[in-house]
Amino acid sequence: MKRTSFRTVVAPAATLVAMSLALTACGAGNESGTSGSAAAKSDVKLSGTLNGAGSSAQEAAQGAWQSGFQSANPDVTVNYDPVGSGGGREQFLAGGVDFAGSDSYMDDEELAKSKDACNGDTAIEVPNYVSPIALVYNLEGVDNLQLSAKTAADIFSGKITKWNDPEITADNPDAKLPGDRIVPVHRSDESGTSANFTDWMSKAGEGAWTAEPDSVWPIKGGEGAQGTSGVIDAVTNGKGTIGYADDSQAGDLSTASIKVGDAWVAPSAEGAAKVLDISKRVDGRAENDMAMDIDRTTTEADAYPLLLASYLIACPTYKDKAKANLVKGYLSYIVSSDGQSAAAKTAGSAPLSSTLAEEAAAAVDKISAASS
Amino acid sequence: MASSVAPTRSRAKQRAGDRIFAGATRVAGVIILVALAGVAVFLTVEGFPAFGADSTALFGASSFVGFVWPLLFGTLLAAFLALLIATPLSLGVALVISHYAPRKLARPVGYAVDLLAAVPSVVYGLWGSAYFGTKLVPIYEWLEAHLGFLPFFKGPASATGRTILTAAIVLAIMAIPIITAITREVFLQTPKLHEEAALALGATRWEMIRMAVFPYARSGIVSAVMLGLGRALGETMAVAMVLSASGVITFNLISSTNPSTIAANIALQFPEATGLKVNALIASGLVLFVITFAVNFAARAIVARAEKAHQ
Repeated sequence: MKRTSFRTVVAPAATLVAMSLALTACGAGNESGTSGSAAAKSDVKLSGTLNGAGSSAQEAAQGAWQSGFQSANPDVTVNYDPVGSGGGREQFLAGGVDFAGSDSYMDDEELAKSKDACNGDTAIEVPNYVSPIALVYNLEGVDNLQLSAKTAADIFSGKITKWNDPEITADNPDAKLPGDRIVPVHRSDESGTSANFTDWMSKAGEGAWTAEPDSVWPIKGGEGAQGTSGVIDAVTNGKGTIGYADDSQAGDLSTASIKVGDAWVAPSAEGAAKVLDISKRVDGRAENDMAMDIDRTTTEADAYPLLLASYLIACPTYKDKAKANLVKGYLSYIVSSDGQSAAAKTAGSAPLSSTLAEEAAAAVDKISAASS
Repeated sequence: MASSVAPTRSRAKQRAGDRIFAGATRVAGVIILVALAGVAVFLTVEGFPAFGADSTALFGASSFVGFVWPLLFGTLLAAFLALLIATPLSLGVALVISHYAPRKLARPVGYAVDLLAAVPSVVYGLWGSAYFGTKLVPIYEWLEAHLGFLPFFKGPASATGRTILTAAIVLAIMAIPIITAITREVFLQTPKLHEEAALALGATRWEMIRMAVFPYARSGIVSAVMLGLGRALGETMAVAMVLSASGVITFNLISSTNPSTIAANIALQFPEATGLKVNALIASGLVLFVITFAVNFAARAIVARAEKAHQ
């Protein structure tokens, strides 16, 4: 009796599971048919497990890359743990993960440490995730607000408290600004978005932002909200509110244009990618290291310097040949146009410009097995 | 051992079931103590390095005390306000259920209150930040305009309603079912003879409750309030979502610049924390642990003394 019931119940269930697995595999394969071509370029058949950790900003994009890469290489498992940029770098340096995602490039101390994790070579950094940060606001009757970095800094530091302050009126000669109180909303949790936003105000704000740029909001005051969704909710529910968030998450909220040179530029993926193009590499890095100091004060037309650039950190050489191939395969898929457009579709990020993508592809291509 | 046991017990035959049950209860008791000790040891060991940490690990504060004091202040303020609201309300609800309402009505009301305890705190958080807070904005504006001379309502009133007062009200709603459930049971335990004696002496119903029910239930009420306080002190998710935290120390209850609480701060900062920052957060957890203990002990001591004086 028992045996028959086991057979009648479990066997069909197992078949069902197997069938559904096969079906989903088919579905995923069809969806990302184009991505297969990029990853399939590598002549070696890839298999094994790849572990990464880091930036939570990259989480959605990493999900897209995982599914794209795994459906092209069915024997590969990619794991990405969104522990946060600092945690990702720490785990990578301790040799716990094969690659890390980080919203900021490594400092000199970390670079020196990376030699331990990478068989004596310094780790490389490749930009893989670029996202414009929008200034979102909720102010009745005003739908194309213009703010210079200096005005934004004065608003977020609490120096300007009314919407019809002369400084804002000077930025918006045509708008009818009400005398409402300004409620600046910032992230109450630690985040790379805060770090990039404060960095922009600090560099482009003509001295109006006096606090150090930091991923923890450095000023006491203003309204704090948890996560990007929390900021969006607070701005939506309040009156006279203004906050900052990933442009892709702005939803129905109005976004402000920022001053670049003498022009006003609205947040856009192309504008963000353009800034990264003209940003300078950090001095004194290895040849294939693409760490960049984002040019916040650019005056280039249509550039949007308020953006978050996130990096992939990996070793230039890996002890194990299979691991080296795996890292190389996954990273080249990420910086390929297929990978970048997959992330743009899922996470709303800005695809790398063709020049940057080429450089990144060349850097990733040099990843190899240790020759010892 | 057996010789010291009273003769009546030693004569009774020790059955296997008895021994197993006694053992099981003992194990349960020990496990709870071990778990508590485990938590305390973990918090102390992991939190210890943070006491000498510098400002980068302490989220910009210059010393550990400077880091944890505003959080502790916010925790105690929010919990105190929550209990200030929850205690009278809960006692009222419990009295209605135990003494005032007809039985037909009392039961459904009791069930409804118990149901409040089953709502997950993240749902309270969503409700508090997205709906309830915004509904309180006009009230906060009124308070600022008319009672602005008081330091509590100095304003400027929050435009989103995500203030420490909103957080305290949400905490109160979360504490009410706990306090109500226990006090209700304690009120029902009041000896009928005491109640009838009071009524027979000409007391009104309210006087009867004051003379017979409350004195009898005093320690039970304190226990209930302490459990409610535990929830208010330790609540994490709802506060993290509702409260607009800025790490200041202020008694201003209606502005958008509020002190954070220890538990909410851990929830907010832990995901991106690394190295010594994690130790700092764990150390703040240790402070919360100690404070909760201290508050509980103090309350027990006060009740014990009052009971003694009463007898």
